[in-house]
Amino acid sequence: MDDYTVPLRDIRFVLDHVCRLEEITTFPGFEHVDVDTVDGLLVEAARFMEEVFAPTNRIGDLVGSRFVDGEVVTPDEFKKAWRAYVEAGWNAVSGPPEYGGGGFPHVVGFAISEMMTASNLAFSLCPMLTGSAITVLDDQPDETLKATYLEKLVTAEWTGTMVLTEPEAGSDVGALRTKAEPSDDGTWAITGTKIFITWGEHDLAENIVHLVLARTPGAPPGTKGISLFVVPKYVVGDDGSFEENGVRCVSIEHKLGIHGSPTCVLEFEEAKGWMVGEEHRGMRYMFKMMNQARVEVGLEGLAVAERAYQKALRYARERLQGRAVGAPPHERSPIIEHPDVRRMLMTMKAYDEAMRGLLYDVAGSVDRSRHHPDDVVREAAAARVALLTPVAKAWCTDVGVEMTSIGLQVHGGMGYVEETGVAQYYRDSRITPIYEGTNGIQAVDLVLRKLPMHGGRVVREYLAEIEGLDAPLAEAGPRFAAMRRELAEALRVLSEATTWLLGRDDPRDVLAGATPYLRMFGTVAGGAYLVRLALAAAKDGEDPWLRAKVATADFYARELLPSAVGLLGAVKAGAAPLYALDPEQLAPAR
Amino acid sequence: MKIAVCAKQIPDPATPYDLDPDHHWVVRPDDQVLDDTDRYGVEIGLQLAEASEGTVTLFSMSPAGTLQGIRQALAMGADKAVVISDPALKGSDAAVTAKVLAAAIEREGYDLVIAGTESTDGYTGVVPQMLAEHLGVPSLTFAKHVEAADGTLRIHRQTPEGYDVVEAALPAVVTVTAGVVEPRYPTFKGIMQAKQKPVEELSAADLGFGADDVGAAGSGTVVEGVTPVPARQAGEIVEDDGEAYLKILEILERAKVI
Repeated sequence: MDDYTVPLRDIRFVLDHVCRLEEITTFPGFEHVDVDTVDGLLVEAARFMEEVFAPTNRIGDLVGSRFVDGEVVTPDEFKKAWRAYVEAGWNAVSGPPEYGGGGFPHVVGFAISEMMTASNLAFSLCPMLTGSAITVLDDQPDETLKATYLEKLVTAEWTGTMVLTEPEAGSDVGALRTKAEPSDDGTWAITGTKIFITWGEHDLAENIVHLVLARTPGAPPGTKGISLFVVPKYVVGDDGSFEENGVRCVSIEHKLGIHGSPTCVLEFEEAKGWMVGEEHRGMRYMFKMMNQARVEVGLEGLAVAERAYQKALRYARERLQGRAVGAPPHERSPIIEHPDVRRMLMTMKAYDEAMRGLLYDVAGSVDRSRHHPDDVVREAAAARVALLTPVAKAWCTDVGVEMTSIGLQVHGGMGYVEETGVAQYYRDSRITPIYEGTNGIQAVDLVLRKLPMHGGRVVREYLAEIEGLDAPLAEAGPRFAAMRRELAEALRVLSEATTWLLGRDDPRDVLAGATPYLRMFGTVAGGAYLVRLALAAAKDGEDPWLRAKVATADFYARELLPSAVGLLGAVKAGAAPLYALDPEQLAPAR
Repeated sequence: MKIAVCAKQIPDPATPYDLDPDHHWVVRPDDQVLDDTDRYGVEIGLQLAEASEGTVTLFSMSPAGTLQGIRQALAMGADKAVVISDPALKGSDAAVTAKVLAAAIEREGYDLVIAGTESTDGYTGVVPQMLAEHLGVPSLTFAKHVEAADGTLRIHRQTPEGYDVVEAALPAVVTVTAGVVEPRYPTFKGIMQAKQKPVEELSAADLGFGADDVGAAGSGTVVEGVTPVPARQAGEIVEDDGEAYLKILEILERAKVI
């Protein structure tokens, strides 16, 4: 009843036509990779996630991870699934080969991530954070740290965390107060309280590797005085023995959703830590971790929306209510035959595929930025990742929440009843616009940091690429006429908004337009990916699945893309309308 | 112990497949998957091989295609595969299939042959027994538990009431029922290794068969017609007026369920 089918053909299609996987497999370092092997891996990973992880989603919501006598206890089903995951080696696919990883392209691990996240969002956060910890540790120079932790993190026998937030330091990380005092043996003693630590404590793995931000004595205030430390739950001796460290979980949060994921308050009391890289440069390293995690959170938006869509579709085909126009008299129609329900399902399908295009483009660009033989291409790809990361995170999670809400709406009153199980998708997905940098922060990042990169060249090149679709659209015939018309209009508006933001001197005006601009950007970019996929589908042949690609892009162009055009006024309105009322005027009057 | 496991590549059951209109044969795409019921045979074969330091060889008769289904079984841990793939085999019935598989298994040598009870695309359910007849060895069926040691095969044979314990001398053929063990999931390493494992492709001629011995020409079976499964009838709705349980009891009695 709660089953999930990995949309394997969609994933492969995007890998082929957005990521250009075949080209990626020719890069240095991927000599052992070919498209057939990737296909074989994805087929087996899909079966594993559907059969082993997807069934744990509901129990994770109902039972959740619990705090019992100072310990975090996960559901038994989680423990069993985790063991199977570690044994099967799925965590290692894209990991560094020097430490037992498969050395596969990032996009391949990303595709497996989509499957796992859709199977169980709360659970998937554990390997997701572990993956981020692997990236940070692999990038830093200390060989001892690598040797101690990487192999076990790659297999997921140990798991990783990101430890930033404190009660007074949320979005404003620079305000954190956790201290790091030097010890005689060259290590550091970490003391402080951290909150909102996802999978900060649990019973799945032998050891947990915390990556902790803290302040060294005399450090400058703000983000420039923060250093990064590795603080293991158990300190590992030379002989592999474990010694307790001064870190403990004091409580876990009661949350709206993702009940399977323990969100911990961690107390560090002179916990032994090792500095990562150089002092005061912690935010730089952490950003590496966060940027990767931000795209993965964007993927969560898609993954939960996809699962909500599948369930809504099944319900709409079975549920009989009313008689659709044109149905025989006295016959009750499945609700999928009613126009409003069709609109909801098409909207979900179209946004899902648009999100997948954007997200996998970022993931494929990560591979190009690391492995392409030409350094000009590598740099351009890195810039593309930087530009698109806030859009991938914020647009996909905002849209993701909306899609789970629509999925619930398709179920009518039954959707609001917890037993139906779709409310969980809505509740789970609601965290995604918040964590890993709120979507408001992402919009600020986009307009203040990303648009001005290289004097605006990066964004202009990206927009020019979308403009380049006009010629193939013109040649592609009448089925593509609406796509061509609507994409051109939306792109004209996005270019105008971009120019306006880049030319604005008052940062208050730029910030005021940030959120509607990000929405507009995501909507246009998403449409462009659908168009690209539709053009590829038209070339590939005529089976019903390929024809659906064209029809879905056409729907998006006519029904969803025009919403971007309507946002131009909001982008250019400036700060004045937001501040027209003072806080007193916002308060209720009697 | 040398263990032969019969494994079939079939069109993905998740997507509808076609029968060709002239002969009603399954149209086989290039990408076929491992028949799910064969995972149980592979699993039991692997367990027996692990216990006896033996080997597992897969035997399959089908268009090789991309070999995806065979690679799936190799990824679980089987050592190698023998695939008999030949256009001349098209249209072979169960009897010919058994004859061809027997020849390939005989050629390779074996102590035990394991097969599923029936395939998910054809459902004839007679190939393993015919195979045993060709090989001239005992045929044990519907095993839900298999032990093999000291030249003896011992199985728990599923029956409607429970199970019989059945023994035979090795070599022998045994069919295993689906769902009796938990087939292992291929590991990432297993999938990578499967790429390197040997897959021997044989033609009918390699096994000494002429064009008339196999395929439609060699088969005694002709499928005369195929009819779609009739649509399910609408169920009976019992409105609860407080005494619906009586009505339900009556229905259950009529259906001889109680």
